[in-house]
Amino acid sequence: MIAVELKNVNKQFKGQTTPALDNVSVQIEEGEFVTVLGSSGCGKTTLIKMLNRLYEADSGEIFLFGKNIKEQNPVELRRKIGYVIQQIGLFPHMTVKANIATIPKILKWDKKRIDKETDRMLRLVQLEPDEFRDRYPAQLSGGQQQRIGLARALICDPRIMLLDEPFGAIDAINREILQNELKAIHQKSGRTYLFVTHDIREALKLGTKVIIMNEGKILQYDTPENIINNPANEFVENLIRTAELKGGA
Amino acid sequence: MISEIADYFSRHGKDYLALLGGHIGISFISVAIAMAVAVPIGIAVYRSKIGSTIAERSFGVLRIVPSLAVLIILIPIMGTGVLPSVTALTILAIPPILINTVQAFQTLPKAMLEAADGMGMSTAQKFFKVKLPLAFPLMFAGIRTAVIEVIASATLASYIGAGGLGDLIFTGLSLLRYSLLIIGGGSVAILSLLTGFVLDSIYKQITKYQRT
Ligand SMILES: Nc1ncnc2c1ncn2[C@@H]1O[C@H](COP(=O)(O)OP(=O)(O)O)[C@@H](O)[C@H]1O
Ligand SMILES: [Mg+2]
Repeated sequence: MIAVELKNVNKQFKGQTTPALDNVSVQIEEGEFVTVLGSSGCGKTTLIKMLNRLYEADSGEIFLFGKNIKEQNPVELRRKIGYVIQQIGLFPHMTVKANIATIPKILKWDKKRIDKETDRMLRLVQLEPDEFRDRYPAQLSGGQQQRIGLARALICDPRIMLLDEPFGAIDAINREILQNELKAIHQKSGRTYLFVTHDIREALKLGTKVIIMNEGKILQYDTPENIINNPANEFVENLIRTAELKGGA
Repeated sequence: MISEIADYFSRHGKDYLALLGGHIGISFISVAIAMAVAVPIGIAVYRSKIGSTIAERSFGVLRIVPSLAVLIILIPIMGTGVLPSVTALTILAIPPILINTVQAFQTLPKAMLEAADGMGMSTAQKFFKVKLPLAFPLMFAGIRTAVIEVIASATLASYIGAGGLGDLIFTGLSLLRYSLLIIGGGSVAILSLLTGFVLDSIYKQITKYQRT
């Protein structure tokens, strides 16, 4: 099944001279872990926010599981999509538990289920529930906050997860740990992930497929092996070469 | 002097409590009305041009209008008594609450609003679960400013018939009884300090989550 399909999607922000997305078309199969790679400002975040209608396309069509997202209520649509924003965005006035349980509470899950699922989510992101449940975000390290952001997005077991540079603010060691955790979570769940990064090694390591973007265009969408072995053009080739200079993918 | 003060309390204890109660009551009502006016207006306008103007300057002028001036301007319009006093005190209490409400909503962290949208909160859910609680500390600070200002200004409002502790001061002035001046002035000062202390404790409580 096709989980995500974009057909000739264009987006240009007011006051910009170049489009943020330039005639983007792509089909993503269900269950893929797609990493979206490109330098800062190339349109990665815009692409992600198109899918949950935080941004609306100027033209073109977007389908999730065969349904045009324009025909779905944005609030309903977003509840079916897990979203980890680039700036983490935990609610500072809520405890860790309340943050993770935000949508379950809105959906009126019963208390027992909420308790059980928030604890399960905390363990999933390798945080001890008894220790972290009642803390406020200000009492967490950057890495712990990002884990909570992840847990909050995962709790409703969405069919699609959008992750916008979720490990951006983490040191190398913790980043490595979180990458491995996320990969394991994805494999167990079989859900479709879109993971934005500007780190080519992260993109090649995590992705079952990689989207390479530049200046609002998708240059190549393929498996990491094919991208390394058959770069679509000179830009991709250069990108691979710089990564290899730094010690290989 | 001390015996005079003690004498006053022993003979007029009930009157004193009535004046104190009146002072607190009139202050409370004025701030309550000011909140009922300023908070909805602030929330309605913070996104608009008026909102930015309020946040930036023009209401700053109102903030420094002397309370006595407001009181005196109102006499020819509304006469004297409790109603013009409450009106004057409300007018004084509105600017700090309005300004802080506007600023609180204007400075809500974008990331949290985006997270709220992204997870599928409706407009109302976002308002009550995210915007209002996050804006509240700054709004509360505005309310605190208003309360302290009103408690002090209510003393002057006695001049146009509001009652309250100011009565003691104005009586003391006209009869040249310093003991009354000290009781009135001292009570207002202590009431101000105490209220400030209580409100500060509440503020600390509601912003507990910000501490690491
Ligand atoms: N809300 C916005 N308003 C105006 N311009 C924007 C907005 N969001 C992004 N852009 C512009 O669109 C382009 C792509 O941005 P973005 O998708 O955030 O890039 P990336 O996530 O790859 O760093 C940039 O030129 C950026 O300045
Ligand atoms: Mg981005």
